[in-house]
This record gives sequence, structure tokens and C-alpha cells, in this order.
Amino acid sequence: MKGAEALLKALEREGVEVIFGHPGGAIMPTYDALYDSNIRHILVRHEQGGVHAATAYARASGRVGVVMATSGPGALNLVTGLADAYMDSTPVVAITGNVPRALIGTDAFQEADVTGVTMPITKHNYLVQDVNEIPRVVKEAFHIAATGRPGPVLIDIPKDVQLAEFTGDFEVALDLPGYKPTTKGHPKQIERALDALEKAERPILMVGGGAQHAHGELLTFAEKTGLPVITTLMGLGAFPGNHPLWLGMPGMHGTVAANRAIHHADVILAIGLRFDDRVTGKVSRFAPHAHTIIHVDIDPAEIGKVVRTHIPIVGDARLVLKEMLKGAKPLRLAGWWRELEEWRTRYPLRWKPKPHLQSQEVIRAFFEATGGNAIVTTGVGQHQMFAAQFFPVTRPRSFITSGGLGTMGVGLPFAIGAKLARPEELVIDFDGDGSFQMTLQELATVVKYGLDVKVVILNNGYLGMVRQWQDLFHAKRYSEVYLADSNPDFARLAEAYGIRGIRVERKEDLRKGVEAVLNADGPVVAEFKVYHEEGVFPMIPAGGAAEDMIIEHPEEKEEVEA
Amino acid sequence: MRHVISVLVQDHPRVLNRITSLFARRGFNLESLAVGTTHVPGLSRISLVVSGDDHTLEQVEKQLNRLIEVLKVTDHSEPHVERELCLVKVHVAGVEERLAVKDIQEAFRARVVDVAQQSLILELTGDSKKVDSFIEALRPYGILEVMRTGAVAMSRGERTLKVREKREAV
Repeated sequence: MKGAEALLKALEREGVEVIFGHPGGAIMPTYDALYDSNIRHILVRHEQGGVHAATAYARASGRVGVVMATSGPGALNLVTGLADAYMDSTPVVAITGNVPRALIGTDAFQEADVTGVTMPITKHNYLVQDVNEIPRVVKEAFHIAATGRPGPVLIDIPKDVQLAEFTGDFEVALDLPGYKPTTKGHPKQIERALDALEKAERPILMVGGGAQHAHGELLTFAEKTGLPVITTLMGLGAFPGNHPLWLGMPGMHGTVAANRAIHHADVILAIGLRFDDRVTGKVSRFAPHAHTIIHVDIDPAEIGKVVRTHIPIVGDARLVLKEMLKGAKPLRLAGWWRELEEWRTRYPLRWKPKPHLQSQEVIRAFFEATGGNAIVTTGVGQHQMFAAQFFPVTRPRSFITSGGLGTMGVGLPFAIGAKLARPEELVIDFDGDGSFQMTLQELATVVKYGLDVKVVILNNGYLGMVRQWQDLFHAKRYSEVYLADSNPDFARLAEAYGIRGIRVERKEDLRKGVEAVLNADGPVVAEFKVYHEEGVFPMIPAGGAAEDMIIEHPEEKEEVEA
Repeated sequence: MRHVISVLVQDHPRVLNRITSLFARRGFNLESLAVGTTHVPGLSRISLVVSGDDHTLEQVEKQLNRLIEVLKVTDHSEPHVERELCLVKVHVAGVEERLAVKDIQEAFRARVVDVAQQSLILELTGDSKKVDSFIEALRPYGILEVMRTGAVAMSRGERTLKVREKREAV
């Protein structure tokens, strides 16, 4: 057996069913072995599409996503996607070919120091020097990627190692003396946390992506205590978006209720989130009344990194919540809830209707037509925030977006990965005209595998979020954000790939357009021409605090109710 | 504040790279680094001198612990021994200078490890402050070059860097 066959066997033993990838010289022995393998390979048109698809596959399924690429340019095309998966703590294993061992370091054809380049953007990486090490490396890579705080792991395998005769054993033990994640929270700290919550007058529960797998325990805990729940962008779906205890998303484009709740809270229970600057704004002014912050995270380095923490609990969100449930009591929060209710009713998420078709109403129409039963993926920018605001998903692992890295172009490959992970689900990619054009070559992948994904492009002809900042903070100097003069006809572009293309330009055609997308048999690319001067609100300017929240566009302020 | 940190690592290729890359990426201030093998095959020990406030040092320790190949991290705040080795090549023009340098050598208990017509190499072991003073004392005579190893440290008494003590790793 050759190293390449041993690699595939090791992957099979990890339960891998799908690999996203793109072949090339240095990975050819593995692609040759793949020819006889039971693992399904999804051929993407650019390695970046592959790594994003593997990321979404992992996020939608809870399993490890796998991507494969060749040496040099192939591997380097994974860089953005690996950084994205690292920032959003997603378990991905990337396998890259490299030049033969004897050529490493000689500037050989298609050679790059891939383990060096990916060191700061992976949880760990390996350069396999000995063919018999393959089973152990694969086993460790999957273990590291999926356990503790999940993250991407890269395995770089020189071509001659793939070709070498394998004489090793597949029954290998993990050899990771320096890797022992703490999963069970400290009982004393859990007790202290429950005590603090019981004494609190204005407590809140904030959850992030680290609680997606703890949705069941989270729901029970919230309902038992009556705590108001706030979910970060990565936490959307971990708690149902239609639940009366849910206040929405916090931070830069969060709800008024969520941000005010944080501002006035005396005790904050934060689970599986890392207090990103888009959530906190200016840290020194974040949650100024909170005398107790309880931070539950599986990564001890996140605790105390950004905000002062009074009760640290290192552990897995699910296990900690399970323990907390044992001592959880209904809290007396009637007064607090009256305040929260007032903010919620007074400042719901909304938009000011315009004669033009608007992004918000398009997303809302899809939400209503589907009852929220879909997996949503997005690119990055205004449309992403509108999707987070107006498509409040109700189920975990159903809102797949680029949170930490803010990677434009993830929408379509994310939709591909999500559809392969959960083929029975409706998958909608809400995309921007800017974001979509960064990875649109993956329409070919959609066609090749007949993937029924619905791509909804909210085309405002601009890089909308940059334009919004220029509007508000750069004196309307719209520098290099105009796209409409050179955008393709998206419907015809789709048709060129053999995908159904739809274009909706007028408000009165919205319902019909939404129906057409949802009723179409197979993939669709639907372009909705939306109002170009739209802004995402509420907004806390970067570096600001909850008190600096802009609720409506300053120039439209007088037109809204006092 | 200045801290001396000992790190026990698996001596895999690039492990040093992972540590320096971490310091660069997180913006931690690394004053010196010394590395060598230990009595246990496969394990190396690294001494780092880091400056920063308590919050930074807590992050340094936690971020180091996140590295898969790091087995144990200790910030030597307890009684410990700290040593650094230093070689100084100093210019000596005549007999008078040679004698003066010899006085300094004796005062610091340094050793002469190379003698040439116009220069001497002195070897000194001590904590970093002592090495600093030694270099300052020699400066007037014309230092030609200096090589310091960076501090290495070890806890006093029975305390050791044990392999299985790494806690809360992720």
C-alpha cells in the first residue's frame, strides 16, 4: 500500500464521507488513490471555494470538514479560508501536497512553505516526513480539530511520501501530552455563578458560536431561569429567534433591546463567545453597570482577554449548562423584563419604506415564505447584517456566516458545503453583488453536482457597507465603491452556467420573485435590484458604546416618530 | 515588569518557530530566548524573558499553553535561580589596560578564555543584572563584541517542570 492509499484509509477510519478539493501536481498520488475510494470528492473551481465549503459542511453538520489541495498556489489559496475557520472556531482538516522531500527548501516548482505560512492561522499543522506516520497524524489532526475549541488543522504531505510504501499500523494511539482540553466546569465556580444570578436584579445571558451544540441545554436553562437571551452573530440559532426570551443580536448592528440590556445589566452570563470588538464597542465603556461577569469558555485564553471576568468557568458550554441546570431556579425578573419589553416594543428592528425595492423586505419576504425553515448563508457586508436582523433563524447550525474574519465571498461556497451536509434542507445564500463576485466560479460546482441552492443576490450596485461608512464618517466621499457600471447581468450569468436566473426590480414583483425562487426545481440565482442608499441600522460606530447607538440614519431622523 | 518564563516543549521541528511566531502575532515583548534539550529524550526547555503588565503575562502564559507541543509553562515568580552566560571581547592596548581588565575580571569572577595581542575574551556567568554591570565595567576599555545567551532559569528546591501538569490546555 502506498502512502496515498494509507492516507485515504486513515480518512475513512475517521468517518470522512466528503472531501472538497482541487487536484494538482504534488497531490496527484492521492487523487490517484481517490479514484478507487468510497469517499465522495467534490471538485471545486478554486481552492478557496473548497475550504469555505468544508467550513460550512462542518458548521452545518457538527462534523469535521475536509479540504484537499496541491502544493504552492493550491495550498496558498486555502489561506483565507483557514484563517476564517480559525477565527470562527470551525473544525476543518486541510490536506495539501508538497514537493518531494528532497526538493523542499530549493524553491522547486510550485513550492511554498505552507506549514510556515499557515502556522498563525491554524490550530496546529503537520509536515509529514515519514509515510508510516500518516495514520497517527490523521488521527491527531481530527482529534485536535474537533475537540476543545475547534479549529482548522493542516496536514502537508510531500509527494514522495504519498508514493512511499506504507508498512505501518492503523491502530495507533494519540500522542498529545500537551493537549488536554478542560471540558467540565469547576463545581465551585458554577455554584458561585448560580449564586450571582440569583442575587442579580438585571441579569442577562449572552451566547456565542461556542453554544451552538448546547442549544437544548440552553433553551431549558433560559426557560427555567427566565433570563433574557442575547445571541451574537455566531450564536444565532443556538437559541430560537422566535422565542419570547430572545432579545436579538448585540453589538454594532444589534438590536436596541440587546445593547441596552447589556448596558444596564448587573450580572452577565456569557457562554461560548469571545467579546469581539464588534460586540463590545469600546471595551472601557462596555457593560458599565455589570459588577459580575461570568464567562464560560472552553478556551482559557479567552477568559479575561478582553473584558474583566469575575467568575471564570473553563469548560464545554453543554457540560457546564448541564451542571448549571441542576441548581437553576426561576429568577424574579418581572421589573427587569418590564424595562426590556419597553425597549423591545419601542425599538423593533425595522426599515423606513422607500419607493424602491429594499434588501430588508426581500429578506423578510423569504423569512415569511419559508417560516424561517432554511439554512441561511451570507457573504459579508450590509446584506449579511440585514440577513442576521430579518431572518431570525430558529434552529442551531442554520445561520452560516463569516463572523470573525469577515470574509467576502463565503456565501456561495458556504451554501454548497451546507447543502452537502444537510441535503434535505432548503439552503439560501443571501449575497451581495460585491461578495458574490469574489467566488462566483463555484456556480460550476453547483451545476456539476446538481446542488439545489438558492442564491439571492441583493444587488445595490455598491460595496454597500463601505459606502455606508463613507456616508456617515467620510463626508460622503464615495471612494472606489461603485460596482453598478460594470456588474454582470447576474441572471444571464447564471443561465450561462445552465442555472435558472431570475431578476426582480420592482417592489410589486417581490412576492412573485420569492415564489419563483422557492418553487424552482433546482438551483437558482436570483438578482434583486435593491435601493442603493440603504444603511444598516441600528448602528454603534466602531469604538463607540451602547449609548452612542444611531437608531436611524441621521438625515432621516426627523421623519421617524419622536 | 520583567518575567522569566520556562516552557517545556516536545522538540518537534518548528516548535521554536511556533513560539516566536506567537509572540510576534500577539505583540508580546520578548527580551531574550534560550533553548536546549533536557535529560528526557524528545523534550526541550525554553527560557523566555518577557516584559509586560499582569494582563499581558497572563495572556502570554495562556497563549503558550494553547500550543499543542507545549507541555508546561511556568512564570518564575517563586524563588528561583537565574543565570546567563556572556562572552565579551575587549580591546587591550598595553600592559596597564590588561591589568585593569584583569581586576574587573577578578572582581566579577569571570574567566579569560582567549588571549591575543590586542584583545581578550572574557566569559561570565551570572544573572542578567550582573552581566549588565560587567559589560558596563568593561565598556571604557573598548568592547569589540558581546554575545549573551539570554537568561535560563530553574525553580529552587524540589519544584520541577513536570510533563503532566499542564492544565486547561485547548
